[in-house]
Amino acid sequence: MPVQTIVAIVLMLGGVFFLAVSSIGLLRLPDFYARTHAVGKSETLGAILTLSGLAVYNGWELSTFKILFILIFVLLANPTATHAISRAALRSGLPPWTRKKKDNIEDKS
Amino acid sequence: MSSFLLVIAIFIALLTAASMYRVAVGRTIFDRIIAAGLVGTNGFILLVLIGFIFGRISMFVDLAIAYALLNFVIIIVLGKYFDRKLEEP
Repeated sequence: MPVQTIVAIVLMLGGVFFLAVSSIGLLRLPDFYARTHAVGKSETLGAILTLSGLAVYNGWELSTFKILFILIFVLLANPTATHAISRAALRSGLPPWTRKKKDNIEDKS
Repeated sequence: MSSFLLVIAIFIALLTAASMYRVAVGRTIFDRIIAAGLVGTNGFILLVLIGFIFGRISMFVDLAIAYALLNFVIIIVLGKYFDRKLEEP
């Protein structure tokens, strides 16, 4: 098995791990602001690792540069979109989750 | 290598299906928007993987570029639209 394929497999396994962390965080974290933490960072890193693994596996072609364009675009756009949504949520008055308040206890899920 | 890519693609599809729970149930509207963005991101990763599995990379990569651009635009527009006081339910 060539070195290129082994590097691609390692990168894609790491990327799938971070995608799994992102989905579990989206399902299990208690609050909207905590879920943005899962989506904004783990999802970006998982997408970058998976796409770079595919680019390494593909070799030097035109499709590789298109995959690298998608990768750079995800790196710029995904945290920007998450930040825009969380700014809109904060300005629209969604309260952050705290452990101490009595009236937020039934709100966690 | 092709079967490895198939296993990876099936696993990412299962993760995407699990994330659809947050789109359907989500506590607030912002949870739904964030989960829809995650489903879109997983979707174009899945498109590139499907291109490698079918052996038609050049077509599926162009589709993935279009999906990535549309996903970003949709989330930014929804963020501008919901940037106001919510009425009490």
